Amino acid sequence: MSTAVATAPAPTASGFRRPSTGFWQTVGRRLSRDPVTLACAAILLLIVLAALFAPWLGLDDPYKQSMVRRLKPFGYQGHWLGTDELGRDMLSRLVYGGRSSLFTGFVPVVLATLIGGLLGIVAGYLGGRWNMVIMRCIDVFYAFPSVLLAVAISGVLGAGQFNSIVSLTLVFVPAVARIAESVTTRVRNEDFVDAARATGASTTSVLFHHVLSNVLGPILVYASSLISVSIVIASGLSFLGLGVTPPNADWGLMLNTLRQSIYVAPVTAILPGIMIFITSMCFSLMSDGLRSAMDVKA
Amino acid sequence: MLRYVLRRLLYALPIAFGVSLVCFTLVHLAPGDPIDSIIPEGASEEAIAQIKADYGADQPLPMQYLKWLGRVVTGDLGQSIKSGRPVTQEIAPAIVNSVILASAGIALALIAGCGLGTIAGYARRRAVDSVITGIAITGISIPHYWLGMVLVVVFSVGLNWLPASGMGSPADLSHLILPAIALSAIPTGIIARSVRAAVIEVRKQEFVQTLYAKGLSDVAVFRHVARNVAPTVLAVMGLQFAQMLGGSILVETVFSWPGTGFLMNAAIFSRDLPVLQGTILMLAMLFVVMNLMVDILQMLFDPRVKRH
Repeated sequence: MSTAVATAPAPTASGFRRPSTGFWQTVGRRLSRDPVTLACAAILLLIVLAALFAPWLGLDDPYKQSMVRRLKPFGYQGHWLGTDELGRDMLSRLVYGGRSSLFTGFVPVVLATLIGGLLGIVAGYLGGRWNMVIMRCIDVFYAFPSVLLAVAISGVLGAGQFNSIVSLTLVFVPAVARIAESVTTRVRNEDFVDAARATGASTTSVLFHHVLSNVLGPILVYASSLISVSIVIASGLSFLGLGVTPPNADWGLMLNTLRQSIYVAPVTAILPGIMIFITSMCFSLMSDGLRSAMDVKA
Repeated sequence: MLRYVLRRLLYALPIAFGVSLVCFTLVHLAPGDPIDSIIPEGASEEAIAQIKADYGADQPLPMQYLKWLGRVVTGDLGQSIKSGRPVTQEIAPAIVNSVILASAGIALALIAGCGLGTIAGYARRRAVDSVITGIAITGISIPHYWLGMVLVVVFSVGLNWLPASGMGSPADLSHLILPAIALSAIPTGIIARSVRAAVIEVRKQEFVQTLYAKGLSDVAVFRHVARNVAPTVLAVMGLQFAQMLGGSILVETVFSWPGTGFLMNAAIFSRDLPVLQGTILMLAMLFVVMNLMVDILQMLFDPRVKRH
């Protein structure tokens, strides 16, 4: 466990040109010099933009079915990536699928970071009995394997994008809360917090100015590492038929329906997985880049 | 020692209690009354009331929970709505099958992860290290159910070497290979990463330099390094094994492996809530017990690990 306190940046190799840059500027500069992170950011930007602007890209209708052109190979009659089991254009469905898959993967992490971060910071800052109560409840949910909990909640609530988001949020809240609690407890016991209190700073001032600013970094780094997991599990739920419902385009759901055709059109059947893989991989690598740029250890 | 074990046990008990509470509540979150699935269509008001009374569904929830807990503790998880058989009879073989699959997966992950992690730890900041770190991140980020499909496409559809689904006879290991590989992707990546970090950490310590200074060979020093890395590996492995048991539903669905995941999948879609609830409860309890055992074993391995 290392401290994640925003220390003064070490002088760079280029000398003393920037004697007093802030923490976030240092992080930004390190990130901009990391080719892997930049490449991943570029790929993700492409995927996200394509998903956002899908209706204006001049693609085929992702819902238009055709019995005569089912499971056609790449390049068939202008369908660059062929067609799926109902004759719908694969390229169009992959681009539109990004909308659903990215949304269902991203939103739970944001919600879990807000809820879990709040719970963890409150537990860590208040300490004592409150910490006990909050963290023991968190421990109970942490005692479930993550995929099992997601499947259990989704399975009970029923299929649907909203239910997927609810279940994934519940899966990630304990993990975020645990990180937030341990970092907050550590920061709270640092001398500079005592010093601030001793000089008469109010609780809100200590909390926002001294604690929060030092706690947010590690929480955000951890949350960023969850995005990749979240996208994989969210697609997994759809793959099981517990997430997004047909006929919506979603990478996980496409894998599910195309699985029946794996002997007829094996390449088409695994295409949606490549999108999940690339997205998840890029988020993982970017999170690693962010972690080392912010000098946060696991 | 014994005090540590007892304290750890005392800590696990309320967790286990909480887990049972969550499992019970979960079923009551389901849309509609869970009792509805038992009531035959067109039953009269009195018949419905009678059935509810028989199952204790007319009592307040806390009372129902206590009764349920009492039955669970004595090994009664209720009856499957679909087959009418006791849930325990449905779950037992499924758990065995899941454990077989997860054991094969963790064995693969252990071999690959320790090998890769050790090499990367020794070759720190060289090209080999980057390649292995890349493999580890790939393993962690890859959707393992998709990896399973790719394996089927290559080895079953393409090369026709291995069966694509099912379990076959217990002696026939060919069915086990592909799902085990798919399941081992994530733990391989995680173990490789932890081993790499642990090897780097241990090799920095002074005793390693002393050993080299004494003139010990690399192989002899490695034995000392390995012994110091072992507790980390054990902890990570235990956690991953438990995660695999609970999370194998995706891979089991791809390969139609008749384990707990497969059972849960069927139970979800036929709204067989007792089976679903029982499976979730058993898997979560297994997870709690695994975590407990890892903690205790880790302390046996490495007496320096003293938890508060």
